[in-house]
Parts: sequence; structure tokens; C-alpha cells
Amino acid sequence: MIKVLLFADLEEKAGVREIELSNSEMKVLEVKKYLIEEYPVLKGIENALPAVNEEYATSDTVVKSGDTIAFIPPVSGG
Amino acid sequence: MALQKGFVITDKEISIQEVVDKVMDRNAGAINTFIGTVREMTKGKKTLYLKYDAYVPMAEKKLQQIGEEILKDFPEAKVAITHRIGELAICDIAVVIAVSTPHRADSYTASRYAIERIKEIVPIWKKEHWEDGEEWIGDQLEKTPYPSGSPTKEELE
Repeated sequence: MIKVLLFADLEEKAGVREIELSNSEMKVLEVKKYLIEEYPVLKGIENALPAVNEEYATSDTVVKSGDTIAFIPPVSGG
Repeated sequence: MALQKGFVITDKEISIQEVVDKVMDRNAGAINTFIGTVREMTKGKKTLYLKYDAYVPMAEKKLQQIGEEILKDFPEAKVAITHRIGELAICDIAVVIAVSTPHRADSYTASRYAIERIKEIVPIWKKEHWEDGEEWIGDQLEKTPYPSGSPTKEELE
């Protein structure tokens, strides 16, 4: 199982912060495509940066069961 | 006393003194503090209140990374950063950065670096609430928000 985390406007659009995927292994890009297909409201995910297990990742990063993938919209702290 | 955490996301009011105390050092000749507060007017629009959210464990890691980046340039510096999340009113303190260094110039440079870097790599988001609406704010730097230290935009394709 792969845990997906959504924040800010993505979380608000999806209506949930957490989504669980039953896949055992996926590339970040595949997770993105899957989410946009399943939840068309999440189109904005294109502008978010992926983070795998709390570290920024790339589209090619492989996510495995037990991993957490978060989508980080442009940040606005400070 | 338990080891104090130098890089913190909290939903409580920030004590400036507490952050400053973390960087006290016998070799310090300067402690620079930056206090980020909630502004009422932004581009002519009146904010009623703000809401901050964060990916807390990653945000604390990224704050710590900023501290480590500062130590590369200023090995004698001590850095502590606390950022608040949740609902904040106008004038509330959102972030406190404290940097101590042996000489003052370095403390200014490092403090400035820390706040700019927070706006680049730390997963914290602000939602502005106005009289006539609300919006999550992103990319305040009006440039690619993730320079070195994280993937480039091309890598997202």
C-alpha cells in the first residue's frame, strides 16, 4: 500500500488529505497520472512537487508499498 | 533537561525569548532575530485572518536543512527557527528566526538567507481570508519556487 498526501488547495479540492493506493510499486509520474484520472479536480497536481518519504523527489522516483508520497503545492510560509 | 529542538512547527503562540535562548553562546557577539508577522493589507486587499498549514515532519526537516546550509557558510553560527501553523490574526507572529554568530554582519546575512529559503523549500502554506473570499497563496517569490536543493521544474515533466 502506498500512502498519498495532499495539502493546501489540493487537499481542499480532493476533500481528503490522505489517499491509499493498493499498488506495490509505482513511479511518481504514474501516481500523478493515476490521481488526475481518478480525481479530475486534482489537475493542479501538475504544479506540485512530489516528495517521497519527506524528501523532494522526481517523476522517475519509484514509490513502493509502505512509502508515503506527498504533493507539495508552491509553498507560502514565512 | 531534554535536548531542545532547534527547528519547530507549532500550533501554539511563539515565544520569541525561547527561540533566542536556543542560540545563546559564549562566543556569540550578535544575535539576530527575524520576526514574521501577519500583515493586514496585501496589494490593496484587506486580510481578516490567515490560516497556515504544513506537512509538519517534512517542514521540520527542511528547516533543519536550512540550519545546516547556514553552518556551511558560517560554521560558528547557531540557528533556531520556529514557525506557527493554524489560524493567525493580524499582528500575530508566524515565524521567528534567531541566529547567533561571533560577529554581527554574519548574523544578518544568515538570518536573511533563512527567511528567503523558508519561502523556497519548506512545505508550509498560507491561506488568506478576506471579507469577500479566501485563497491558498503560492509562489510568493514570483519565480520558480524550488531552486537548488530540490528538483527543477523540468524534472517534474
